[in-house]
Amino acid sequence: MSILTVSLSPHIHSQESIPRLMYGVILALLPALAVSVFYFGIGMLIITGSAVLSCITFEYLIQKYLLKTKPSHLDGSAAVTGLLLAFCLPSNLPVWMVITGSLAAIGIGKMTFGGLGNNPFNPALVGRVFLFISFPAAMTSYPEPGQWLSYLDAATGATPLSTLSENLANNIKISEIMTGMPSVLDLFLGKMLGSSGEVAAFALLIGLIFMLWRKIITWHIPLTILLTVFIFTASLNLANPEKFAPPLFHLLTGGLMLGAIYMATDYVTSPMARKGMLIYAVGIGIITVLIRTFGAYPEGVQFAILIMNGFTPLINKYVKPKRFGEVKNG
Amino acid sequence: MIKTFTMGGVHPRENKLSAKKGIIPLPLSSTVIIPVSQHTGAPARILVNKGDKVRTGQLIAEATGFVSANIHSSCSGTVLKTDSFIDSTGYRRMAVNIQVEGDEWIEGINRSTELIKDFSLSSGELINRIKECGLVGMGGAAFPSHVKLTVPQGKKAEYLVINGVECEPYLTSDHALILEKGPEIIVGTRILMKALQVNKAIIGIENNKPDAIEYLTGLAAMEKGITVMALKVKYPQGGEKQLISALLGRQVPSGGLPIDVGVVAFNAGTVFAVYEAIQKNKPLIERVVTVTGKSLSSPSNFLVRIGTSVQTLIEAAGGLPEETGKVINGGPMMGKALNSLEVPVIKGTSGILVLPSSESGRNTPVNCIRCAKCIGVCPMGLEPYLLMSLAEKELFERCEDEKIMDCIECGSCSYTCPSSRPLLDYIRLGKNKVSLIMRARKN
Repeated sequence: MSILTVSLSPHIHSQESIPRLMYGVILALLPALAVSVFYFGIGMLIITGSAVLSCITFEYLIQKYLLKTKPSHLDGSAAVTGLLLAFCLPSNLPVWMVITGSLAAIGIGKMTFGGLGNNPFNPALVGRVFLFISFPAAMTSYPEPGQWLSYLDAATGATPLSTLSENLANNIKISEIMTGMPSVLDLFLGKMLGSSGEVAAFALLIGLIFMLWRKIITWHIPLTILLTVFIFTASLNLANPEKFAPPLFHLLTGGLMLGAIYMATDYVTSPMARKGMLIYAVGIGIITVLIRTFGAYPEGVQFAILIMNGFTPLINKYVKPKRFGEVKNG
Repeated sequence: MIKTFTMGGVHPRENKLSAKKGIIPLPLSSTVIIPVSQHTGAPARILVNKGDKVRTGQLIAEATGFVSANIHSSCSGTVLKTDSFIDSTGYRRMAVNIQVEGDEWIEGINRSTELIKDFSLSSGELINRIKECGLVGMGGAAFPSHVKLTVPQGKKAEYLVINGVECEPYLTSDHALILEKGPEIIVGTRILMKALQVNKAIIGIENNKPDAIEYLTGLAAMEKGITVMALKVKYPQGGEKQLISALLGRQVPSGGLPIDVGVVAFNAGTVFAVYEAIQKNKPLIERVVTVTGKSLSSPSNFLVRIGTSVQTLIEAAGGLPEETGKVINGGPMMGKALNSLEVPVIKGTSGILVLPSSESGRNTPVNCIRCAKCIGVCPMGLEPYLLMSLAEKELFERCEDEKIMDCIECGSCSYTCPSSRPLLDYIRLGKNKVSLIMRARKN
């Protein structure tokens, strides 16, 4: 007779795994990647390739030689970090800067804390902010879309959000500023300047639908962020339409879609309970709008997410899911 | 809209291999081992000695105390010994080993299959007869039925809930029983309604069993106060608290019992046993057991005498396949893995599941990535990831604050975890320690 295995229940598993989830996120990012390659051509391919490869390599090297643990560089999480980092960089950034950013993302953002599952801040955003502070000029010169074969030499310009903030600083009215802006449809399709992967709202939304369908994430964080930004900017806009840009403009520009759908939803750095997710998401929405409209930077999504990442342990501690049987029955 | 419970839940593959199979009575084996602790509560006290002749249906061990149950012989023959035997828990427990010599029943048991609809006993007499016959919950927990039927002072039963959900993958014993013994189950329901003095009963069945829903709905249409409700498939809907939440929208309070929300719940198999106890005077000596597994040549539903070995059941379903890695008493989500096939079928055995060795292992656990899927699937609104790490760090007081004792051990968290973490293993450990702490505090 064969020897029987004795273990505790449950005896079956959903076969969900970290690689399956991570490669699901990568699949969800592919439409946006395709659109970005369409707009930014070879530059997009170079920075994406170098970011993904260097993130995976750094993860492997650090795990194998510094931490001396079994490398898990192919579980998909390093690739996701690389992709997301590339998506929030301008497509004309030199490769060495991309690699430096990847080292900051994986090394400082992830591995110092003990690897996947233990990092308090979103690694890709740590990488991006590191680059943003280290190389402010390179990180704020964005190439015009449509120059497929240009990389470092691409002609650059200002993003809609920086145009907005500069013009507002010069006391120009919103109605005048908006005449020079791309139409809402163009914004939706991503025909604007910006970080390489953040422009195409529609492609990012396709990814959102895919991730919701595959149950990789729930609606709570992305939809609440978008709704909060919409309500906040709409009320500002209603209060003073000449000083505050319309809500759709805010929703479709900058890194909001990318941040709300792919970065704020990072498992490790977002709260666990549904109610906690809502608080976190509202916080991100409010801080984003505050930075955009009242702060010194034209864009604030990455800071908003990092700030709320910092609140996540506190939210987890105090915001508990509703327990079964907690409500007194009438 | 079709109902289900609102909080958490998962959708494991159903794999109801024996769903379209009728109930086959299994011939008596040569010996039976009848444990005296088949139920929640105190073990029964053995009344027979080595060498005694017993007959089928004879009382061989009597309940000791209120939360305990009588045990009857499931065959006629000679008592070989009363000794400790390995049971489905893996521990040695006292049992009566009987050499089977024919099938001679004691007098007074009606063995015909004729449907008897009318009964005249009072509520107290019904409960007493149910107690005499050794009835326990047949869904798995094996809680003595007479205890459930005795409503504590100050509480009032309003609804009788009949559990025909059978949400565990693979298992089909209740489904088969409903299809074959529908009228008896309806009579059993009426008996329980009278015993509890309620005038409303709801039978909950998941809509992956449309034939059972249709059949019982037709039968219940002629009865006053009995409704059949189809439920959307979701595990663990067969959990008492989840079922009550799905059917009535009431949440049993933390640490409480269904009676706290005016409900008493019974499994469909128990209801049939109630019918037989009252109308046929038949003690609980046999039950329907699903024997199943993808590698078995003929997964089946057997009518089995209590005390028959698992080995006998598996042989009847085509024999133990090569490359078998695990044999489970119960379903894949909550069942217990057996370490021996000599283990007997008891009152709470609803199925025997055979898994090939390729499906018997576990994935290697990795870091928690805080995906919160365990929170999303927990039907009790707990935080399994937190309970596991608290139990791991031996912070048992905090486990208690985080409501670890509310866990129903459905396994949805471990099932879902993408990092394959042994969440429920640690939660069980925590529950064990917390219940010791709670008991120590009381004393």
